[in-house]
Amino acid sequence: MSDANPKSHPPDPTRRKFLLTSGSGVAASLVAGYVPALAKDTGVESDPSPTSTGSNIEGAVPITLRINGKEHSLRIDPRTTLLDCIRETVTLTGTKKGCDHGQCGACTVHVNGKRVLSCLNLALMHDGEEITTVEGLGTPDAMHPMQASFLACDAYQCGYCTSGQIMSAVALLEEPCGPDDAAVKELMSGNICRCGAYANIVEAIQHVRKRA
Amino acid sequence: MHTFEFIRPPNQAAAVATAAQSKTAQQGADIRFMGGGTTLIDLMKLNVETPDRVLDINRLPLDQIEATPDGGLKIGATVRNSDLANHPKVQKDYSVLSQAILQGASAQIRNMATVGGNLLQRTRCVYFRDTAMPCNKREPGSGCPAITGHNRTLAILGTSEHCIATNASDMCVALAALEATIHVQSPKGSRAIAFHDFHLLPGGTPHRETVLEPGDLITHVTLPPPIAGSKQLYLKLRDRASYEFALASAALVLTIAGGKMTHARVALGGVGTKPWRSPEAEAALTGKSANEATFSGAAEAALRNAKPQSENKFKIELAKRCLTYALRAAAAG
Repeated sequence: MSDANPKSHPPDPTRRKFLLTSGSGVAASLVAGYVPALAKDTGVESDPSPTSTGSNIEGAVPITLRINGKEHSLRIDPRTTLLDCIRETVTLTGTKKGCDHGQCGACTVHVNGKRVLSCLNLALMHDGEEITTVEGLGTPDAMHPMQASFLACDAYQCGYCTSGQIMSAVALLEEPCGPDDAAVKELMSGNICRCGAYANIVEAIQHVRKRA
Repeated sequence: MHTFEFIRPPNQAAAVATAAQSKTAQQGADIRFMGGGTTLIDLMKLNVETPDRVLDINRLPLDQIEATPDGGLKIGATVRNSDLANHPKVQKDYSVLSQAILQGASAQIRNMATVGGNLLQRTRCVYFRDTAMPCNKREPGSGCPAITGHNRTLAILGTSEHCIATNASDMCVALAALEATIHVQSPKGSRAIAFHDFHLLPGGTPHRETVLEPGDLITHVTLPPPIAGSKQLYLKLRDRASYEFALASAALVLTIAGGKMTHARVALGGVGTKPWRSPEAEAALTGKSANEATFSGAAEAALRNAKPQSENKFKIELAKRCLTYALRAAAAG
């Protein structure tokens, strides 16, 4: 698809910032009561100071989440899943919500070095534990070898499942796994790719394993 | 999701004392222990479970795997499925358990799911999971639309006119064949429950799935000493090769001496309303020659009382072939 208006790129082209800016009143008022962090400036991702949000939610309880080495002192509704807390309260949106019922793997993050589904955990269960999201693996300038391998092997199409795939793939490197493709496929079966990029995903993982 | 109070009990006694205030330990409990959350949070999102209080037991010291004085194994209730499946002693002496766990769910879910939680894994029956539909397990007396509806994946053994929901666990099928014991702490003290007695048949009370009462906390599971020289196998048949529930599965612990089977423990998954130990198959195998006629006789015996529904008659033949194939493979292995 050609870009009809190349001069129209906003300074930050992420979809979230675009929606928050252009949706203004409607989007902000709809979400304000549930996720007050969204109504604020989302620059919190690059803010080195601890974040503190959610003080006006009824029944909210305090929690300290340690995500990608940074502590976040939050007040959250006890029902908040780890996934919603990461995405909506802490506004780290690299972790994706697919099915929200533990069937697709898009929400995979690491807790204390092990991969888990953040949609089937309450954030409160992980008070003080070490959480890693895709943002904690690498940056566009200094990618994790698995991120670089996914890029080199074209291991995605739409990209929605990709952060979950990469989080699973990185965890797999530390798990008991046979050398062949079949073993990789078995251990990656919890990450669904609707585009069907599986062959390239396996290739990307095997490249990293063979170099290790 | 229903609102709830999140509580992290400081110790086992506090957990048990609080849980004892629940009206029931079965479907609809107002106080729930939270292990890995992989079943409970899913069902809370669907409003199938609506506890007022959630007790997080993940930080209680129940996460150890250790040898017992009699040479068996003690497995703490919050041991993760992946840690159990990859434990060297389990892989060596109780390999059917390791195989069963590793063929269940996904790597992420196995890292979360606990042994205690897996013992209480809920059915995947679509009517149970949908609060817009009647379900005797969820709403006693409301009816069972599965019997005349979508029942392809549902049970053929242990059903009643009130419920045909399949027990979904793989781990439990292996624990049945290994003759595990479940240890429970309650306000009155601790007690041990033989695996076979832990899950209940639906009968007229499908909302009661186990013998647990309010305040009962599963603390650990014990396995008897390993059967020397036993051949162990878990075979799981399903609609796709991975990350799918069983249509039929078989767990085997066999010893063969002089061509005859001297010890045979058989349990089936994916076909029963509870993890399905088959004394009929075991009787057909024990003391008999390990050959094709014996194996198919055992499979016939195991499925003799099967009662199919409109969409799952195929499961009878599938389960027979599953068990026969597994017996052949185990005997040869």
